[in-house]
Amino acid sequence: MELSQHWRLKQQRYSLVGEICPYCEGKIFPPRDICPDCGNEAKTTFQFNGKGEIYSFTTVRQAPAGHEENAPYTLALVRLEEGPMVAAQLTDLDDQAVEIGMPVEMVTRKLRSEGERGLLIYGYKFRPILKAA
Amino acid sequence: MTPLGEHWDLSIRELALEAISAARAEAPQVRPEAFYVANMLAPALSRQSQLGALLADFVGLRGIEAMTVEAAGASGGAALRQAYLALKSGMIQSVLVVGAEKVTDRVGSEVDAALATMTDTDYEAIQGITPTAQAALLMRRYLHEYHAPQDALAGFSLNAHANGASNPLAMFQKAIRPEQYSKAPMVSDPINMFDASPIVDGAAAILLACRDTIPANHDHPLVKIAASAMSSTAVALHDQPDPLVISSAVSSVQKAFEQAKLSLEDIDLFELHDSFSIMAALSLEAAGFASKGEGWKLAADGAIALDGKIPICTFGGSKARGEAGGATGVMQVVEVVRQLQALAGKNQVSNAKIGMAQCLGGIGATAVTHILTHFKDH
Repeated sequence: MELSQHWRLKQQRYSLVGEICPYCEGKIFPPRDICPDCGNEAKTTFQFNGKGEIYSFTTVRQAPAGHEENAPYTLALVRLEEGPMVAAQLTDLDDQAVEIGMPVEMVTRKLRSEGERGLLIYGYKFRPILKAA
Repeated sequence: MTPLGEHWDLSIRELALEAISAARAEAPQVRPEAFYVANMLAPALSRQSQLGALLADFVGLRGIEAMTVEAAGASGGAALRQAYLALKSGMIQSVLVVGAEKVTDRVGSEVDAALATMTDTDYEAIQGITPTAQAALLMRRYLHEYHAPQDALAGFSLNAHANGASNPLAMFQKAIRPEQYSKAPMVSDPINMFDASPIVDGAAAILLACRDTIPANHDHPLVKIAASAMSSTAVALHDQPDPLVISSAVSSVQKAFEQAKLSLEDIDLFELHDSFSIMAALSLEAAGFASKGEGWKLAADGAIALDGKIPICTFGGSKARGEAGGATGVMQVVEVVRQLQALAGKNQVSNAKIGMAQCLGGIGATAVTHILTHFKDH
């Protein structure tokens, strides 16, 4: 059980809450309290809109312990509209081919479960943005 | 250095002892004053921490100052760096460094989960990311951004296996053909089986000492550490300003060249950390042997072969020699030493005088670079 380890990240996992630097206005995700760009204190929270595009992707066939039930799964680096990059699984792909540059949006899904009586850990994944017909 | 592979019959103690006994046999007059162990996986896979004391006691050095140095795949280089600093401080005259890793007591997803601890646990591993997935994300972006062909990185695997074929300690001692690479099954696309190194058991040891503590009648060729440099950057791939630049490697190579008062042209061979073939390309670019996006061409045109412009992975590298986690950085330096001592046999780089070794933690959060030269008595 790693209850508190996951609980304290709920704002990040469920709603992509990061930070904005009051000095250089850089957007920060994951939050880190010190701006990686200018080095100043940055504790102002910032809500990301959850939209971005795919920077790179891969499919994991041999999953690490705890993720076997999801395998194979597609992972991506997503460049968020506001600037930062985030690593996440892609979901709701159906038969859609994934490409670099593809627009995606954040959704909340189950990331992993820890056995029948264990934790269910939810968090962000990303899915393709449906184009209007 | 021990052979690399699946040593079902040997524990980490016995692996370490084998490497240490071989190292100390070359300098029996030097008794180490400190003992540093490079290891990353023992707490996760063997439920064993405090390897410093454990192994010191087992190898007959009970009482010595001892500790473990951990920086994921850069542990070996980091331990050598600490040994170098200890000697330079003047408080210690000789240090024994051993890199030892025991991986194969566990299999499959448990090993992958242990390896994933070198990624950012809260923001990468929770998503199911492993070091292989990180490398795959890098490789796909690399091929895309530089318009490189699908088999652009094949040359790194071919070179590693060709060199491993004549290394009796290597895990794989057989050359491969280009068509074997292009037909290999995908591990995590676009990483195929020949892009990824096998993670196995092994150990290597090095005895470092200040020159004046080594007896005049010492009968092995001495090698000098001309530079020792270490840098770090963010652990998570998504936190790198440009994921295709290993900034820690750029910085540690620059620092190493400044220390040694040497430049790229002086380097006769480069033991880089080819945990994945993409990491070899990025390491060559970070060091400056190729410009951004051009590293793969050095493999494609044979520049990295034993008789090429900049030989790499001269004993097979992580791909063919085998990857032993925290021990790799020590193995690389043992290999550079053998090259400078002209003891590399069929793997000898002719007239090797100056060699560089660089190990990386994960996809480069930590980079440690050492430059070694012949020891000239003044």
